[in-house]
Amino acid sequence: MIELSDVHKAFGSNKVLRGVNLTIPKSTSMVIIGGSGTGKSVALKCILGLVTPDRGTITLDGQDVTKGDRDAFLARFGMLFQGGALFDSLPVWQNVAFRLLRGSLKRPKAEARDIAVEKLRRVGLKSETADLYPAELSGGMQKRVGLARAIAAEPEIIFFDEPTTGLDPIMAGVINELIREIVTEMGATAMTITHDMSSVRAIADNVAMLHDGVIKWTGPVSRMDNSGDPYLDQFIHGRAEGPIEAVR
Amino acid sequence: MSLTASLAAIGRPVLAALALIGRLALYAFETVTHLLRPPFYGREFLHALVQIGWLSLPVVGLTAVFTGGALALQIYAGGSRFNAESVVPSIVAIGMTRELGPVLGGLMVAARVASSIAAEIGTMKVTEQIDALVTLSTHPMKYLTLPRVLAATLAVPVLVGVGDAIGIMGGYLVGITRLDFNAAAYLKNTADFLETWDVVSGLIKGAVFGFIVATMGCFYGMHSGRGAQGVGRATKSAVVAASVLILAANYILTELFFSA
Ligand SMILES: Nc1ncnc2c1ncn2[C@@H]1O[C@H](COP(=O)(O)OP(=O)(O)OP(=O)(O)O)[C@@H](O)[C@H]1O
Ligand SMILES: [Mg+2]
Repeated sequence: MIELSDVHKAFGSNKVLRGVNLTIPKSTSMVIIGGSGTGKSVALKCILGLVTPDRGTITLDGQDVTKGDRDAFLARFGMLFQGGALFDSLPVWQNVAFRLLRGSLKRPKAEARDIAVEKLRRVGLKSETADLYPAELSGGMQKRVGLARAIAAEPEIIFFDEPTTGLDPIMAGVINELIREIVTEMGATAMTITHDMSSVRAIADNVAMLHDGVIKWTGPVSRMDNSGDPYLDQFIHGRAEGPIEAVR
Repeated sequence: MSLTASLAAIGRPVLAALALIGRLALYAFETVTHLLRPPFYGREFLHALVQIGWLSLPVVGLTAVFTGGALALQIYAGGSRFNAESVVPSIVAIGMTRELGPVLGGLMVAARVASSIAAEIGTMKVTEQIDALVTLSTHPMKYLTLPRVLAATLAVPVLVGVGDAIGIMGGYLVGITRLDFNAAAYLKNTADFLETWDVVSGLIKGAVFGFIVATMGCFYGMHSGRGAQGVGRATKSAVVAASVLILAANYILTELFFSA
């Protein structure tokens, strides 16, 4: 279980998070929605310790994430970055198998490669892709390689930052299914950021909406459509009119 | 401008400079501590050794050969003013090994290596590759910084040694073709006057300069601002800082080695 309480983060005068409270139960899928630039990516990075919150606490299974063994903590996580963040000096398969080639999860090269190829297949990439370099791939392919890397070591907790942006509808469907599968079959805890409402419905157990630096609404996906919350309603129906000012 | 305002105007950049020096020193110190703590990334180290050492050979060699040649001409011209043309071989050798080999070699490596390290790591930083490394349980200091710093510290002295030899050869070629030195006498004169410490002191300088170059490249890359502009600024700062620090360190080392 991941718990954020009263998390604040500002960059200079830009107050991005202003008291985020959120609980993600174990083995469930949480989807975070919210306007562009509201701090969704920053919130994920706070949990991983890539960004240090100014205030508030984040706990994983009751343990403060800033305390204790950092290596052991990170070994439980996988993360897909919004921009892919592939290592452009390494071929695709070494990107995917990065964790399996070094450190505590190290295994023989051939085995690591087999796992990488299998993960690539699951995100809809052919085995020929394995030996290409990231710069030789299209944007959507890079995204999927990033996804394969995030799940390669079968972590308990996986963060997906916009997994389906830039993918065609069919591939987006494949990825949604994959994320769902990882949660239900492998019992992983997933936290996904997406702007795609069909993804939300396909992936989520629970939904949280970030707006103005706080969680404006959170609840099970089934209650999303009749929440009565004007912010959430405006967002999921994509209306220009409403409490969220679209043009600032 | 009031007195306090002008004092503040002086004080602010001074404080900023001191803070920067402090951060650089801490960064260098942290890099060294990783030398003692596994894991180590051997492949990254070998890769850096090739990039920094092997691929810098042409540029360092070219610099040295032209410098040695020009040095021979200058010393001949200066020496002829008091009939001391015969010092050319020994002064070329001493000048190359003690000063010009390490300093010019160091500066060329700074231009070539500090810039490329800063640009590479800076780009990794702005494209979140550094964050990705961390989430993959890999310490950026160990994976990126230490291999480069170690490789540069070991490779630059070798480059300096090669540069010394090529520079002396440049002086020799100019000496026998343009200045009418006897080839055997030139070589004998060089060998007779050159001391081990002349060469070794230059190699030690090379090691220090190599450490400086790679550390600056990594430091500025890791602290790169956002976007292409941030990477550009990081690259520029790395080269400037490495060059200035090389010249400052050279003075201090020369004081230590040769004064009194
Ligand atoms: N390292 C940083 N330095 C300064 N400001 C930052 C940094 N990271 C994020 N920000 C700022 O924080 C705010 C939130 O950014 P974030 O990337 O979390 O948005 P987001 O909700 O993920 O948006 P999107 O849906 O477009 O990805 C933005 O205003 C951004 O400018
Ligand atoms: Mg984002």
